[in-house]
Amino acid sequence: MTEQATEKIDASLVKAFVYSTKNVLNTMVGVDVELGKPSLRHDPQPSYNVSGIVGFTGDVVGNVVISFTGETAGNIVESFCGEKMSPQSEDFSDAIGELCNMIAGNAKKEFGLNAGIGIPSVVIGAGHMIARMSDVPCVLIPCKCDVGNFAVEINIKQVACLTAEVK
Amino acid sequence: MKILLVDDSRTMRNIWKRVVSGLDDCEILEAGDGQEGLKTISENGPVDLVLLDWNMPNMDGLTMLKKVRENDKTTPVIMVTTEAEKLRIIDAIKAGANNYVVKPFTPDALKSKINETLKKASQPA
Repeated sequence: MTEQATEKIDASLVKAFVYSTKNVLNTMVGVDVELGKPSLRHDPQPSYNVSGIVGFTGDVVGNVVISFTGETAGNIVESFCGEKMSPQSEDFSDAIGELCNMIAGNAKKEFGLNAGIGIPSVVIGAGHMIARMSDVPCVLIPCKCDVGNFAVEINIKQVACLTAEVK
Repeated sequence: MKILLVDDSRTMRNIWKRVVSGLDDCEILEAGDGQEGLKTISENGPVDLVLLDWNMPNMDGLTMLKKVRENDKTTPVIMVTTEAEKLRIIDAIKAGANNYVVKPFTPDALKSKINETLKKASQPA
């Protein structure tokens, strides 16, 4: 991200991802996730080489990237699917995409807004870049667990609240 | 028993398969989206249970459910989805879903919902 962000990110949106990341990894992969201190990410490169990307629509727009080291992604996929998989196989990307879908979906529920999520995309390889919104900061939450390190990179903003769900 | 699994994620279908494989005489059919799900039903005849994701390409699970219910009011359908907001759950129940499981889930939780749904479906109305 080269331009200066002009808006602040809503802390409740970030908190929703803290909850959902821990919940999904614990339930589906069986690991406890320890979250580090959030920081701002100012460049388009994700933290690691494997990115699960989910776009948001509706009252919340932007995208969230779950960025894994290759080793962490491999370990997580193995625990999630019950078998080791090559990063080149379609099932590897499918598994990473499904986990990211669950993390985004769970967070969306916590928003209490009328937001939608897209079908997740998975990109694998060194040096890839993420197109992010420049008017809101990208918040990076470092995560570690027994199977390795990963990061949640949140670049979303609320654009309306008139359709907020009655809780 | 014929069970149709409809999810665009093969990983998720494999997880469901492991859960339902414990059921007696279970024949599993799979589809990757709502369109494929409808085609599978029309080619294979009625099924005894459908596990159905919501967000899928080509045709989403809610649309498929509504189309299934145009002709078939009785086949038990369980939505298994990340869509967890109350209004979405109400939409699915209104469209004819018999039960609802929010991802993430434990295998035991899904198994219990399946048993509960099949038990209810076997009781006389």
